[in-house]
Amino acid sequence: MTAFLWRYSPLFLIAAAWEIAPRSGMLDAALLPPFSEVMAAMARLIIDPGLYVHAAASLMREIAGLGLAVVVGVGLGIVMAWYAPVRILVNPLVRCIYPMPKSALIPVMIMWLGLGHLAKIGLIFMGCLLPVIVSSYNAARGVETVLIWSAQNAGASRREILTEIVLPASMPEILSGVRTALALSFVLLVSSEFLMAREGLGYMIAFLGEGGIYDAMFATVLLVSGIGFAADRAYLAFTRRALAWRA
Amino acid sequence: MAEPQRAAGGGIRIAGVSHTYRPPRGRAVLALDHVSLEAGDNEFLALLGPSGCGKSTMLYLIGGFLPIESGVIEVRGKRVTAPGPDRGVVFQHFALFPWKTVRENVLYGLEKQRLPKAERMERAMAFIEKVNLTGFEDAYPAQLSGGMKQRVAIARTLAMDPSVLLMDEPFGALDAQTRRLMQEELLGILARNTKTVVFVTHDVQEAVLLADRVAVMSARPGRIKEIVDVADVGGTADAIRDRRFVEKVDYLWNSVRGEALAAQKGV
Repeated sequence: MTAFLWRYSPLFLIAAAWEIAPRSGMLDAALLPPFSEVMAAMARLIIDPGLYVHAAASLMREIAGLGLAVVVGVGLGIVMAWYAPVRILVNPLVRCIYPMPKSALIPVMIMWLGLGHLAKIGLIFMGCLLPVIVSSYNAARGVETVLIWSAQNAGASRREILTEIVLPASMPEILSGVRTALALSFVLLVSSEFLMAREGLGYMIAFLGEGGIYDAMFATVLLVSGIGFAADRAYLAFTRRALAWRA
Repeated sequence: MAEPQRAAGGGIRIAGVSHTYRPPRGRAVLALDHVSLEAGDNEFLALLGPSGCGKSTMLYLIGGFLPIESGVIEVRGKRVTAPGPDRGVVFQHFALFPWKTVRENVLYGLEKQRLPKAERMERAMAFIEKVNLTGFEDAYPAQLSGGMKQRVAIARTLAMDPSVLLMDEPFGALDAQTRRLMQEELLGILARNTKTVVFVTHDVQEAVLLADRVAVMSARPGRIKEIVDVADVGGTADAIRDRRFVEKVDYLWNSVRGEALAAQKGV
């Protein structure tokens, strides 16, 4: 516990500075409400059922977009590594799309999928797909030949080699690719909800900001950061368990 | 050298096998040049040669892992076209599945062979005991020493009960003391478990200690330079002090020495 407090002690310093700066007049309190007021707004938000409607909408989009990207991306990445025709077809596409800023797709998504859930899910899916494909593909290409030979020697079929050998052998690299995708998914979620939404946490931030309700807006920003942080920690804990064999 | 005739029962027949190594970049290299060789039923044959002479390639061809481009390889009278559980392989760097425990590693092949569950378990435990790893069934490879890992790999291979055992410098990655102990252990295991063995090594003493015959390979392109009968020496840990053992080692070392020098010059 002490170690935990020490590690996050810079955060307490920031919270203290945040409280002092607007109160002392160093910063305009209208633009940055003191930390205690933001916390009070946070408490009001947390007991407001409205928050949970927005949070549920965001969470649903997040899980659907990321989940779809992981399933499709891992499958496509491994198949690309394993079957030359798929590699020849898909690899140039991946290389072209990879460096493109995915937020540039927001207008396209609105045009194609409207203003509802689908556009956000589509955007998160597109954004997260590439890091997952690339990490899965690299991992699957790097699987040691002798592991595949050992499985062939035991009598494993081609499909069994993919699911029982290539997939678990690639898992460490795939899981680190998914971590990148997880962080990216929050960026895309919130930015897409700024621009095209009637619900969601990103929409709440934009709505409160436009309405000048800055204490609640900052509270929502902190909440979203907290959710992102908690998701990353939970994901890391899951990874450590899943890769316990690395000793 | 005359073309070898049909191998007996569980033996291996290699006739006129050549292999060209084609790296993704760079020029093709002839790795094996018309190799003909035979291993009798339950014979322990060592392939001895300098690094890069194609001895591992020879083993991978027998294993069916590489395509046989020219020549014929037969195991128990059956032509090799693909990998199969009749030929058990032990690799230099163990090739264990790191995400599986010791027990799961040994069980994997038995599952693929669709053995009944109770029998699988019993066989796995018996072979884990045979290689002295009882108590480590639930350990992951990363938690084991190099010698222990190779014992798991040997148990995994022997549990499949292959008629032929292919060993690719299995003790090459181990420290000198562990290597000696593992050699003695292998002799003990094979004494109770008769198999045809092809054992690739560049360690002359190891070849004489373990093998019935030693095939000396030339530097690249790999050819069989000579075959030396060492069945009457070695075979026990004490044998290495025997005068005839030392003579065989000296003889083979002189034979392989020129090839090692040629290999160093990068011929």
